[in-house]
Amino acid sequence: MAAKLPAKLEEVGEVRLETDILIIGAGNAGCYAAIEAKRRRPDLRVTLMEKAHIDRSGCLASGMDAINTYIKKNETVENLVRWSRAQAGGLLREDLTITMAELLNQAIEEWEEWGLPIKKDENGEYLARGRWDIAIQGSEMKVILAEKVREYGCEVLNRVVATNYLLDGDRVIGAMGFGVRDGKFYIIKAGATIVATGGAAGLYKPYTNDGVDSHHQIWYCPFNVGTGYAMGIRAGAEMTTFEMRWCAVRTKDFNGPIDTISVGYKAPMINAKGEKILAERYAHMGGDASPRFVRANAPMEEWLAGRGPCYVDTRHMTPEQVKTLKIDYLNERPSFVLFLAARGQDITREPIEVYGSDPYIVGGHTASGYWIDVKRATTLPGLFACGDVAGGVPNKFVGGCAAEGMLAARGAVEYLESLADRGQVDESLVAAEKARVYAPAIRQVREGDGVIPREMEERLQRLMDEYAGGVHQFYRMNRERLEYALKHLAILKDQTRYLVAHDLHELMEAHEIIDRLDVAEVLVHHLLFREETRWPGWQNRVDFPERDDTRFDCFVNSRRNPQTGEIEVFTRPYEQIIPGDRYRP
Amino acid sequence: MPPKVNLQKCDGCRAESEALCVQICPGDLMALDENNGKAYCRSARDCWDCMSCVKACPNGAIETRLPYQLGYYPAKLIPLVGSNKISWTVVDIHGKVERFTFKNRND
Repeated sequence: MAAKLPAKLEEVGEVRLETDILIIGAGNAGCYAAIEAKRRRPDLRVTLMEKAHIDRSGCLASGMDAINTYIKKNETVENLVRWSRAQAGGLLREDLTITMAELLNQAIEEWEEWGLPIKKDENGEYLARGRWDIAIQGSEMKVILAEKVREYGCEVLNRVVATNYLLDGDRVIGAMGFGVRDGKFYIIKAGATIVATGGAAGLYKPYTNDGVDSHHQIWYCPFNVGTGYAMGIRAGAEMTTFEMRWCAVRTKDFNGPIDTISVGYKAPMINAKGEKILAERYAHMGGDASPRFVRANAPMEEWLAGRGPCYVDTRHMTPEQVKTLKIDYLNERPSFVLFLAARGQDITREPIEVYGSDPYIVGGHTASGYWIDVKRATTLPGLFACGDVAGGVPNKFVGGCAAEGMLAARGAVEYLESLADRGQVDESLVAAEKARVYAPAIRQVREGDGVIPREMEERLQRLMDEYAGGVHQFYRMNRERLEYALKHLAILKDQTRYLVAHDLHELMEAHEIIDRLDVAEVLVHHLLFREETRWPGWQNRVDFPERDDTRFDCFVNSRRNPQTGEIEVFTRPYEQIIPGDRYRP
Repeated sequence: MPPKVNLQKCDGCRAESEALCVQICPGDLMALDENNGKAYCRSARDCWDCMSCVKACPNGAIETRLPYQLGYYPAKLIPLVGSNKISWTVVDIHGKVERFTFKNRND
């Protein structure tokens, strides 16, 4: 039974812990970081802070049917960089992609040893599902990983929500947060801290949100709300490439994954007239192998031109293939099979409709996130980042997030070993954070009136959808709309003082919307700054419709000044390591 | 999307420190009703339909229903969780039944 909310700040219990390595977020990347830290130094105390339960938290809660990047026998790290670079419209951190790719296969092969079934071909090799993808039966892959974390002796704090870093100057010496079950305030001091909280869903209104039951019928894990980005933004960490949003072609009305069908079963995308859109209209971009932003934009262009709805054409599939396809979905998003049943749909007769998703910020798919070095150190001393929260490496997907977790652990252990002292906790900062965390609960007791988190969440999502290029606006935006969004984001941020929470669950929701506002504000600044259209589908500036290499063949980075709250946006140059045309695989 | 709890089958996991669906839900959406001790979803709109609670329930008391706005009544998808494999039964709106069994963990 969950504890009651405190009526007064003095009633809030405290939990103070000291650990060697603190990992915030026990998803895929966080679990790999924990295991690798223990492998390097079994004597260290390694603590995971997880807002849900490690067995089913993060993106892998319902499973996965493929690992989208694995370097097969005839491929190389260099080839992966070339492919990923072209997929990302020429913009990624090559140094980070190389170091990730070097560890990629190890991470995946270990998962198999620990229990993850990976499909094999007739030669005993991993079954290919495309150039880089391999097919798995991953419905339990997160449970398997969580068991391994416990086996290695890592400490897991389930149902503890992180809210801010513990800072000594600009140095990160742990984190603070609260328990969703015990209601206590957590102050965790650490030698090194790794953030692995995933990306951000719920910044934009999904098109599936009619009625009361389907607000979270979205593709990305809706419980990843960008808390790790927000904590970094508030502490003054440098962020990169937020404007490279992740919008994807998904199954219409369900927002399910589509590569399962289009890559796995070579089902072409067609429009209402039966034309093969990618092959016929986007041949110059690579046809069916076009970059993902082209594929995201294609069905939306068809709708706008009056040629929607669009489909992936499954009508050529055999009954055996349909059965395998459904097993794939049962491994990744089982309820998509329920969706087909609820439509009474035989996909050998009726193709599967597709549409664009709501936009997400996801560093595992695009390059958004913390600006890091090859050791996965952020610009804040003592803080490392991995997985969807870390920037610079698009297309790392499940395997790459795991590999990056290992890299972050190595960086954190090395940093810990170099430390002369572990820093001082500033009690005035702790007291201020405690007051900030419980403010919505205290307000509910004292005032009994205000704004509930859901209202503010829906206001944010409507604003972003209409003025910052959401799916209802076909991802399009211009300067005036983005400035309107910024104006109202400022009002919303000011209004967070009116938030009220009736229980601990709602207190968590209050902090989720506070975090989303900080992420959304930085995102809009990034969208404003890049006065070009580099990735139609992900970032459509209708007032600057062309790519502008003279000004924007570079990274757009930002840093919020923790003293003034001003967000400074600036550029960093592209550094090419692997030769070749960056726009071709 | 709302998980629907069968009140006849749910016993609130009385032997556990916390009901398994409450423990596992990644969105912290499952809770026990203080009046009858049985599980319910506190916010149907916030469910991601990951089916973690359905798989975790020792009594098979939870069913994932699609929001009617998106999918018609009365389709069903029911898992049977084994130690190294899982079986799924799916019934579509016309009453057509399909079954799938596969390994989800190496031996």
